[in-house]
Amino acid sequence: MRSVSVIGVGQTKFGEHWNDSLRDLVTDAGVAAISDANVEGKDVQAVFGGCMAAGRFIGQEHIGALLADQMGLNPLPAVRVEAACASGGVALRMGYLAVASGMYDVVAVAGVEKMTDVSTEDAAVALAGAGDQEWELFNGATFPAIYALMAQRHMLDFGTTEEQMALCAVKNHGHAVSNPYAQFRKAVSLEQVMDSGYIASPLKLLDCSPLTDGAAALVLCASEKASKFTDKPVDVMASTQASDTLALHERETLTGLKATQVAGRDAFKQAGISQKDVDVLECHDCFSIAQIMALEDLGFCRKGTGGKFVEEGRSDKDGEIPTNLSGGLKAVGHPVGASGVREAIDVVRQLRGDAPKEVQLKDAKIGVSHNVGGSGATVVVHAFKRGF
Amino acid sequence: MREALPLMWRNIAERYNLIGTHCATCGSNYYPQRKVCPKCRRKGQLEGRVFPGKGVILSSSQVFVSPKGFEHETPYWLAVVELDNHAKLLTQVVDSADDQVKAGARVEVVFRKIYEDSHEGAIAYGYKFKVVPGGK
Ligand SMILES: [Zn+2]
Repeated sequence: MRSVSVIGVGQTKFGEHWNDSLRDLVTDAGVAAISDANVEGKDVQAVFGGCMAAGRFIGQEHIGALLADQMGLNPLPAVRVEAACASGGVALRMGYLAVASGMYDVVAVAGVEKMTDVSTEDAAVALAGAGDQEWELFNGATFPAIYALMAQRHMLDFGTTEEQMALCAVKNHGHAVSNPYAQFRKAVSLEQVMDSGYIASPLKLLDCSPLTDGAAALVLCASEKASKFTDKPVDVMASTQASDTLALHERETLTGLKATQVAGRDAFKQAGISQKDVDVLECHDCFSIAQIMALEDLGFCRKGTGGKFVEEGRSDKDGEIPTNLSGGLKAVGHPVGASGVREAIDVVRQLRGDAPKEVQLKDAKIGVSHNVGGSGATVVVHAFKRGF
Repeated sequence: MREALPLMWRNIAERYNLIGTHCATCGSNYYPQRKVCPKCRRKGQLEGRVFPGKGVILSSSQVFVSPKGFEHETPYWLAVVELDNHAKLLTQVVDSADDQVKAGARVEVVFRKIYEDSHEGAIAYGYKFKVVPGGK
């Protein structure tokens, strides 16, 4: 396996794009990434696109070919990857493997979802397909409800509070104020989160990531050839993935994601680093409790202490592991197929020094992105380091 | 798709009678049924078995924003229940006071309508659980 670098990134603004279709969004993101990478269409050799539920959301399948076609990249081979909300992260991993293996030198990776063409109720049914259709959704379980069951047990076992969960949302919203691509560039107060009304107790409206349209893309290149295109390559140090049961109730524990623990452990090993070496983290905060569990499961704090860790500011910009400086899924928005790519992009921006100045870290060298599918049946972790 | 009729009838025996899978090799119990024991894989000896309709709540959540077909009963309680044979399942909890639906509470199975499908007029039935006050 050879070293792989990210040489370009691009995304659309995340939000409600009533005037743009899925193909508009993904094309804009793809063109932005290709142009940022300073590659020509002819340099790109394959396309990997993450998309969770276009069939449900817009009645369109065959997204792989659609991407290549709309980006003007025919006749390149194009693959759509589906792993629920981890579709983007897995697409990135497939692109990584394709370059690392030596099969291709340059590939484009995209993630996209167009979620607001359908009603909120229909969107909820589409999203619930990320869980177990026959044994969760059948019984009335929504996606927030599944995470609420984890949160409730986390509170019981470890004394985690609703305020600590709410603080994840408060902090992430604060970060998003400076992010031009974020859906909600608006700070929220603890009181606003606490008063936002239960969706599924103990999770309230502002504990939950929103429905979002958006696309994100990046270009991967064999590191040995990256200097041909850019003087700011970011190298992929690790790309790992793990699976677990689709249904929450079949897992060993309700208070953590084993797939995150496994993919995280493997990523640190593959990269040859420890948690202390990581300067910046983008983790999958589809719900506030998910950020708390991610900090624990990735080993940045002990199991059960994530709520306190967040409360004490240890995941803040000036804390020991700056987390979701983009605003996270909570405030940037969560176009499910795109988020895994977006999380990686925001790590790359920090390492290149391209983040908004309000959140840009000084001299960040190593970053980790963490992407979860469903309630934890798929987890993808990537580690990156500045390659210049 | 949840609306599809075959999805309803295919799992009827499993849902109506709480039939799960027991692995005679390692003693694990699975719900829903599995064709492969994840612990024993090819060495697993799997058999269908009626599971105990009693257990304990591990975690619960009151759902205020429901999927289609559940509107009329919102808000409702969902729980992960550990049955007395250690298999776990996700279920609604009904006929119980709100303050009793919490982790540690003893529950027993009841047979109920799950939802009514507006498209085909089909009614899906299955298990729900209720709290056994002071239950053992
Ligand atoms: Zn077994």
